[in-house]
Amino acid sequence: MQIIRQAMAGTLESSDVLVEISPADRICIELESPVKAQFGDSILATAKEVLEAQGVQGAQVRLQDQGALDCTLRARLETCIARASQEEDHA
Amino acid sequence: MDKLVNNLKEALKAAGIKDGATLSFHHHMRNGDYVLNMTLAAAAELGVKDLTVNASAIFPVHAPLIDLIKQGVVTSLECNYMSGPVGEAISQGILDKPVIFRTHGGRPADIASGQFPIDIAVIAAPAADKMGNISGKFGPSQCGSLGYAFADAEFADQVIAVTDHLMPYPLVEYSIPETQVNYVVQVDKIGDPKGIVSGTTKITRDPIGLLMAQYATQVIEASPYYQDGMSFQTGAGGASLATAAFLKDRMLERGIKGSYGMGGITSYLVDMLEAGCFESLVDVQCFDLGAVESIRTNPKHREVSALHYAAPRPAVASSLVDNLDFVILGATEMDKNFNVNVHTNSQGVIMGGSGGHSDTAAGAKLAMIIAPLTRARMPLILDQVTCLSTPGETIDILVTQYGIAVNPRREDLIQALSASKLPLRSIEDLQKTAEDLVGKPKPLPHGDKVVGQVRYRTGEIISEIYQLN
Repeated sequence: MQIIRQAMAGTLESSDVLVEISPADRICIELESPVKAQFGDSILATAKEVLEAQGVQGAQVRLQDQGALDCTLRARLETCIARASQEEDHA
Repeated sequence: MDKLVNNLKEALKAAGIKDGATLSFHHHMRNGDYVLNMTLAAAAELGVKDLTVNASAIFPVHAPLIDLIKQGVVTSLECNYMSGPVGEAISQGILDKPVIFRTHGGRPADIASGQFPIDIAVIAAPAADKMGNISGKFGPSQCGSLGYAFADAEFADQVIAVTDHLMPYPLVEYSIPETQVNYVVQVDKIGDPKGIVSGTTKITRDPIGLLMAQYATQVIEASPYYQDGMSFQTGAGGASLATAAFLKDRMLERGIKGSYGMGGITSYLVDMLEAGCFESLVDVQCFDLGAVESIRTNPKHREVSALHYAAPRPAVASSLVDNLDFVILGATEMDKNFNVNVHTNSQGVIMGGSGGHSDTAAGAKLAMIIAPLTRARMPLILDQVTCLSTPGETIDILVTQYGIAVNPRREDLIQALSASKLPLRSIEDLQKTAEDLVGKPKPLPHGDKVVGQVRYRTGEIISEIYQLN
């Protein structure tokens, strides 16, 4: 999928993650998390895996994690990618 | 005669403050306290340096300590609990000497033994007379019990009472007598009532908290100590309060009459006393206005010193924790040996302390931790706790929303609870359940500098807290 506009998914509630995606030439992921020391590598690996699975080759991704589980992170990322790759705002 | 002096600066000078002195404070004003800040500001104006501050607890309101540490006015800190900006700054390494973290029983034991002498004790006095008879039960800043301040008043070289409510002499309903007090200072306000006691404390509405409270109540009922004469302590956390509320109903239904409720006292324990669940309440600290009202008016609700509450032998011949049946406690982290951390959070930042945690765990016949198995993405049970606050051999049971683990050392309790319908599981099994949900966390890296030492109630240093990475 091609990222053609800026989009967001998720919230800043505890156990959630706020995902922001905007167009870019290559993949660049920025992570803030209270559990970065314990789970930072795992969060980044999941993010890369989801982006790859969705066929995203260029995107600026910002993850404001609040301790989200892996399944939550995947769901928010997939939604955000879908929103960022559509012309129409379907919010 | 009277002991009134015009202001804190004069009182500190008269008390002989000098470079390197140790000043002590108590925390009944909690996050509404003005006295620690105004005293240290006065000391700074006098130009003294290198002070040791021994406070029973440090709260967010005490953030001005950070600048005083940077200026060299305060170079040493000792407390039983520390939350807010001071804990964060200490974790960053702003103090050269490690903070000494004690327990509520260990602190007065160390003061009474003379091993850690106090030069000047500063007592926040909600009510006082001109000669220094002090009570916490009257005045605009009333806090009820003054239990943590008793050892300071009795054993410090000099004692200053700071009050915003001067009462006619003699204040016969004193808690601390004039025999121990050298100076009395009147100020506009010693605290913000909103921060001292909350108007109401409420039980949790969180379904997970309520489920854990139900399990906790059932554990108590299934244990061999659930009988007439039982004693009970719980904290002011939502699930702990819910347990007290559930237990009250069960005790009344079964006609069980306990001996004493203890601790930081909330309205929920007052309700249990008034309903006849206990013969008495013993109180080192009131958490809400209902508790303050009760300790002022009900002779069965008795103020006790921290020594009497929780000090270990041989500092005292005995203390109330020695006869405690049940205590309900919290944890930020645990490990497979039931060791508990209540000092630091998942990022290694100081955000609490033992308080009475390890004292009551050591004394109680059934010490129970209630904690959710995961908080956001952090599992409760780690391979190793970041900081050892309370040794696992003093913890008997862990209650989580996914099941209950009994310490294998307590075969008697395993047997007693096996007869119930409670979901018993091993702590290893609970750890695996959590890791299946959130993953296995990597160990938290830390810096080299020691910023805190955990001094167990016996005086042994059982853990060190490191600077953040």
